[in-house]
Formats: sequence, structure tokens, C-alpha cells
Amino acid sequence: MAVVEAQDLHRTYRTHTGTLRRRVKEIEAVRGVSFEIEKGELFGLLGPNGAGKTTTIKMLITLLIPTSGSARVLGHDVVKEAREVRKRIGYVFGGERGVYERLSGYDNLRYFAELYGVPAKIQKARIEELLELVGLKGREQERAEGYSRGMKQRLHVARGLLHDPEVLFLDEPTIGLDPVGARELRATIASLTDAGKTILLTTHYMFEADALCDRIAVISQGEIVATGTPGQLKSRVESGSVTEVEVYGVPDETVERLRKLEGVLAVWVEEREQTQVLSVQTRADIQLTAAILGHLNGANVGRVSQREPTLEDAYVALVTAE
Amino acid sequence: MRTLRLLGVGWLYHMKMISRSPFEGFGQVIWPIFFATVAFLVFRAGDSPRTLLYASLGAAVMGMWSATSTTAGGAMQRERWHGTLELLVATPVHFALVLLPVTLAMSTIGIYSLVATLLYGHFLFGIALTIVHPLLFALAVLGTVLSFGALGFAFAVTFVRFRAAWAIGNLLEYPVWLIGGFLVPLALFPDWVRPISWVLAPTWGMNAIRESALGGSPLPDLALCLALGGLNVAIGVLVTEHVLRAARVRAALSLS
Repeated sequence: MAVVEAQDLHRTYRTHTGTLRRRVKEIEAVRGVSFEIEKGELFGLLGPNGAGKTTTIKMLITLLIPTSGSARVLGHDVVKEAREVRKRIGYVFGGERGVYERLSGYDNLRYFAELYGVPAKIQKARIEELLELVGLKGREQERAEGYSRGMKQRLHVARGLLHDPEVLFLDEPTIGLDPVGARELRATIASLTDAGKTILLTTHYMFEADALCDRIAVISQGEIVATGTPGQLKSRVESGSVTEVEVYGVPDETVERLRKLEGVLAVWVEEREQTQVLSVQTRADIQLTAAILGHLNGANVGRVSQREPTLEDAYVALVTAE
Repeated sequence: MRTLRLLGVGWLYHMKMISRSPFEGFGQVIWPIFFATVAFLVFRAGDSPRTLLYASLGAAVMGMWSATSTTAGGAMQRERWHGTLELLVATPVHFALVLLPVTLAMSTIGIYSLVATLLYGHFLFGIALTIVHPLLFALAVLGTVLSFGALGFAFAVTFVRFRAAWAIGNLLEYPVWLIGGFLVPLALFPDWVRPISWVLAPTWGMNAIRESALGGSPLPDLALCLALGGLNVAIGVLVTEHVLRAARVRAALSLS
């Protein structure tokens, strides 16, 4: 039996626009997400901001009720048996929020140990052990308001592990951390899978998912667009080449026309500071640079370059595909 | 036993947080001076030590209620700002056990307001502090603190669903001062107001405090105060699950 099962999850948000003439607007954040995570697996949910990662994770940890579809964690329904699910899972999210700033790191952990029903006899030892694990030993009596972002993030991880949960949900845990802090946290996450934890990790960093995850689901606009091991996702882009063209205001119709060219595998456009970068992945045996530039006739074109495709290209192509 | 420990630990940590907040501390310093002055100015015409103590006690309980009503409303808002509301809801304990210690901590802070108001009244305006039954007075104060915490809890539950409901906490401040008979005797109000004051636990807490200080029999009032406080907790507990479910359906937990 899978530890986490999501079946056709949908979630719609209702927002209001206008002041006097209020109108209801519905936004479909998650549109039919299904996946399974096996025991001991580190499963990555990878996608850009607004793709539906956090909404999906919040349905699984019982904070949001799905509009339709169902999900089970360790055999318990996330809507009907929310309390049973909560006992068995840990939840860690990225950023500086989620900490009582006026309490010390130790008091933060002690309070949540009580809320998670950690027996009084083992609380102290458990907290000490976790402080050691996340590298906060010696700083635990200081108020959390004086902690750096990385320290707060490590405090989050310790809080999520207090009751020794079987399943961990990590929602962009390394967001905003400096490279060293992020690397240390990734090492901690890797050590948790060694300890037999089942982990769902959301991230928008391809390299992070690649380094940590056994399997990855790429989510875009509320739908899963690809699932597989990092190796399987990489194999999608091992052949061919990528032509990158700096452009200034490329119309959507042009992108559509390029997609239809013989030999084109994927086309995507990334917004950079002053320009857009149009990337066209083509078959290796076809040279299409001239044809691409021909279609861009009329647009302002900057630097043109050609390179081998990377894993990130697979990700970008997946999440920017119409 | 575990539930009691959870309530105790929650109360302790929320007390710690409130007592470390300079903003809330400032209010606690200013309110008692204001209330003691109001009580003195309103009742000095009577020029009777008993009347002045009656008023001073009322003013002191006003401060207790202000400490609870305004901060209980803000309590859930603070949890939203800190990003901790979702973490609290995600724990396996009944949410009532999370929230009740928060409002109890706030009403406990009100004890300081009570003591400070009485002391200001005494030292600034010479109001005699003669408490006839000190032990019963202490019990009455404790019972009133519990009932305030319970009433604050019943209100705060709804603030989980409606993020702007903290403003209602402020709106509740003045009516309860009046309807609870803190400032002026209930006999001065129209008859239709009395049933409303009877169902409010603070009314009976106020009576119990005055009876014990001025030499009456506070126990019946105290019993009613505690019973109504218990009823408020029961209502809050029953409503909690519905409110939380509505918040999960409407995605209201993550809003700040």
C-alpha cells in the first residue's frame, strides 16, 4: 500500500473583485492531480510559483479540503480522518514565518512537543537530539527573533520532527537560504530518508529535486505534466540541441508558428530583466537557426547562441508548454 | 492529566509572549490610570468611601475585560501574521485546547490591570482599599479571570474563520462594561437589558468581587460566573470543529 495516495485532486479558490459590484471569480489552483508515494521514498513535486504545489501539499496535510477528488496518508482519508493523519505527519515550510519570535528556540519546540503529544518523560531528550541534528545546539535559549533565516528554517525542521512522524511534507524548505545553508539543509533532508522517513518535497529548484528525489512529478498550472525518476526526466532531453535567441517582445503567434516547424521538439520563452529569451529545442540532425530567425522577422533580436540541452531545459519546456 | 498539562504549557508560553510585548504592555500601564480616574470622577459626588470602592472595583474589572476582549480578538490575527495559525491547526489536538490557554493567558494579564487600577485609585485619589473577605475576594478574582478567558475563547473561535473579526473584539469592549454593571449599577438600565447581563459571566464575576470586598455573600455569584464560563467553553468547543471545517473549505487559514 502506498504511504501517500492522491487521486484526481481538484481545488478551486473563490475570490471577489470590485467594491460596490462584487463579482465572484473562481481560480482552479489544482486540476486533477494524482500520484502515489511508496514507503521510504523521497518524492518531489516540482513546479514554478503558482503551479499548485503548496495547494496540493495543504490538501494532503489536512489544512485545505479538496473541491473534489480524494487523498489518503498511511491509509487515512485526509478529510474524514484528519486527526489520524495529523498524528502521523510532519509539516515544514520555507521562509521566516511560523516561529514564535518572542519565545526561545527551545520554548518553541517544547510548546509544539506538547501539542503533538510527545510524552513528558522523553520531551527533553527528544528536543536535545533534534537541536543537535539541525545544528542549533548552544543557541536554543536565545529568542527566535534573533535567529537568522537559516536558523529559523532549521528550527522548523526540528519542529516537524518532534513526534517522529512517519511521513514528512516539506514545502520549499530551502527557499531564501544562502547556498551554504541550503546545502546543509539538503544534507539533513537526505539523512531523513536514510532513517526511513517517507518525504514529499516541493521545490522550484530543478537541481534540488535532482539531487534529493527518488521520483519527481512536474506540476504546471495545476496539473502534473510529467512523472519519473530524475534519470527518466533527463532522458527526455538527451538528444537534440537548443537555440537561444534574445528577443524584445516576441508575439504568442510567432511562438506557436515555431512549435509547428518540422524538427522542433519544444519552444519556451523566459522573461529576463530587460529581455525575453526564446529557446527552441530541435532534433540534432536538423539545423533550424535560419528558419527561427526568419519567423522572428520584425521583432528586435539580440544575441543568438546554440548549446546542448540540460535537465533544466526539460523542466522549463514542461512548465511553459501551452 | 495530559490535557491539563497541555493547557498549562500553552498558558505559560502565551503569558511569556504577551508579557514580552512592549505594545501590549503599554496599554496595560495606561488603562488602569484612565479607568481609576473615570471611576473617581463619576463617583466622587457620592463622597462615600464605600461608593468609591464600589466604583474603583468596577473600574478595575473594566481593565480586566479590556485586556481580554481587545487582545483575544487580536490573538488569532497575531497567529496569522506569525504564520503559526496553520501550524497550530495541523497539530492533532482539538483546536479548543490550543485556543483556550491563549485567551486564559490574556485574561490573567488582566489581574495586573485590576491590581494597578485599585492601587492608582488608592494612591492618587485616596480611595480606601478595605477588602472585607480577602480570601473570597481572591477566589472571586480567579473565577472572573476564568470566566473572561472562557468568554474570550467563545469569541476567538470565530476569529479563526473570519480574519477581520478581531475588530469585533474592540466593539465588545464598551457594551460589556455597561451591561456587566462594571461602571454603573444595572438598576439604572431599562428592564430589557437585564436578561442580557444575566447571561454574561462577567456580570456575576463583577458581583462576586464587589460582594467579597464590600462584605456580602459572593459565593452564589461566583458559582453562576463559573457555570456561565463553563457554558461559554462548551459552546466554543462545539463551534470549533464547524468553524475549522469552514476555514479549510474557504482556505481562510493562510490569509493574513
